Amino acid sequence: MYAIFKKELRNYFLTPIGYVFMAPFIAFTAIYFVMMLNYQTVAMSYIFTSINTLCLFIVPVLTMQLFAEERNKKTEQLLITAPVNVSSIVLGKFFAALGVFLITLVVSLIFPIILFAMSTPSLSETITLYVGLILLWASFISVGVFISSLTESQVISAILTFAVLFVLYSVDSWTMSITSSFAKNIINILAVFTRYSDFEIGLISLSNGIYYLSFTFIFLFLTVRNIEKRRYS
Amino acid sequence: MNVIEIEGLTKIYGNKKAVNNISFSVQKGEILGFLGPNGAGKSTTMNMLTGYISADGGSASVCGYNILSQPNEAKQKIGYLPEQPPLYFDMTVTEYLNFVYNLKKVTIDRKSHLIEVMKTVGLTEVKDRLIKNLSKGYKQRVGLAQALVGNPEVLILDEPTVGLDPVQIIEIRNVIKKLGKNRTIILSTHILQEVTAVCDRVVIINRGKIAASDTIQNLSGSSASGRFVLRVKGDEFQAKNILSEIAEIKSAEVLGIREKGSVDIIVEARDGADIREKVFNAFAEKNTPIIMNKPMEKTIEDVFVKVIGDTEAEQETEEMPVKRSLMEKLLRKGE
Repeated sequence: MYAIFKKELRNYFLTPIGYVFMAPFIAFTAIYFVMMLNYQTVAMSYIFTSINTLCLFIVPVLTMQLFAEERNKKTEQLLITAPVNVSSIVLGKFFAALGVFLITLVVSLIFPIILFAMSTPSLSETITLYVGLILLWASFISVGVFISSLTESQVISAILTFAVLFVLYSVDSWTMSITSSFAKNIINILAVFTRYSDFEIGLISLSNGIYYLSFTFIFLFLTVRNIEKRRYS
Repeated sequence: MNVIEIEGLTKIYGNKKAVNNISFSVQKGEILGFLGPNGAGKSTTMNMLTGYISADGGSASVCGYNILSQPNEAKQKIGYLPEQPPLYFDMTVTEYLNFVYNLKKVTIDRKSHLIEVMKTVGLTEVKDRLIKNLSKGYKQRVGLAQALVGNPEVLILDEPTVGLDPVQIIEIRNVIKKLGKNRTIILSTHILQEVTAVCDRVVIINRGKIAASDTIQNLSGSSASGRFVLRVKGDEFQAKNILSEIAEIKSAEVLGIREKGSVDIIVEARDGADIREKVFNAFAEKNTPIIMNKPMEKTIEDVFVKVIGDTEAEQETEEMPVKRSLMEKLLRKGE
């Protein structure tokens, strides 16, 4: 797993992909940071609520090539015939993508540091925000990892990931026009973004944590099954 | 001791049996040539043997480890060069081999091992170049180097010399021969000279079935196959006269004149008898020197064409009854 993690992480920063992901994230964080200061508030949640919309566009960039490229270039054969389990291949790739996100997040720590130097925002609230952010984006990345394993084409992988994330993003606004409680329940399960608002008000709940972790786990599990299944067809 | 054991291996794509109930085994230290026309099922078999795809029936094991039930142990013993070398173009040769080293969880000393691997396949001078900038021949070598990382006991090479220039082909063949001294190798190819040059034993596969499996000598027959080309001094009448006195000769066909003052004749003995001595004595008696006596071995090409032809014919006879019954149906409809 470590070998694949290292290779993928290196690849992100050898190719422009890592920077294409990081640059907009940092740039928009900076823009919203300035706007936040203009509103005379120190609530970091303001920044990240807006930044989460950005995931629709940059998560597909991060995950599109993970498996699609390996299949296209036939390098998948090397990974699968090596003495490693498919699950460790998937985990290695997932953690590499998550790693790029975490590095980006570390860079963006400059903004809270400025805040803390100038004023006295709540530390626990900021930490909660970051925990929520990591959980939320980990689940987006797992969706992207899964979709990348479905196709040989990076373009299809990116567009599909965008489409799925868009559905997840807009799903809770649909609840307004739906009356069936059954449909509402299903939508509630899919409403990945809605649960993030708990973190915004500084609330870490066990159920939300489990929700995000199992969401991520399910998509990673589907990825493993999908790769295994292809070997049998 | 059998290092590789394949039993009843089958792979079905849709309704076509790509590999149909194949069984063979490879002994330690053997170089096995895996021959067959394009699309015969060579790559599919190799992919099953290395655990890249699963089999629909039968089993394959390497060094006693079944590829399905103990995949990691079995894969640890295999170095695999697929048809298209699995290379990451954005890495340098050294980076790539380091990655493979980590991926395969090799425990031999890293630095000296990688240097040795690069030396074996002749990559030392390009070790810091990006793989995407290498020529096809070098890319193929990187693929081979990848298979060698970790000193696996078994090497499975799928068309290792495809797309190389003649000099490179000879180089790679020599590398394979050298490697074969202390490893077990399966080598697939559709280049027939390669088999004669490198392999100890041949398995010929056609339409997913084994068509022949034997050593090259046995397949192509020994040198005393009863057919040889004679070059004798004098003209063809003289030579034919002398040959007609030998009873065991089935036919003597004049090839023509290749060298001034001599004639070339293909002589074939009855039932493959060894008549070389008799021929020599007959010509010596008449004081007609034989300048050359070249046995005509069946080449691997002859064997291949014959074997493939035979299996095609078999397939056709198998399919015949179906066709006939269809015809009958049509005829009955006409009535």
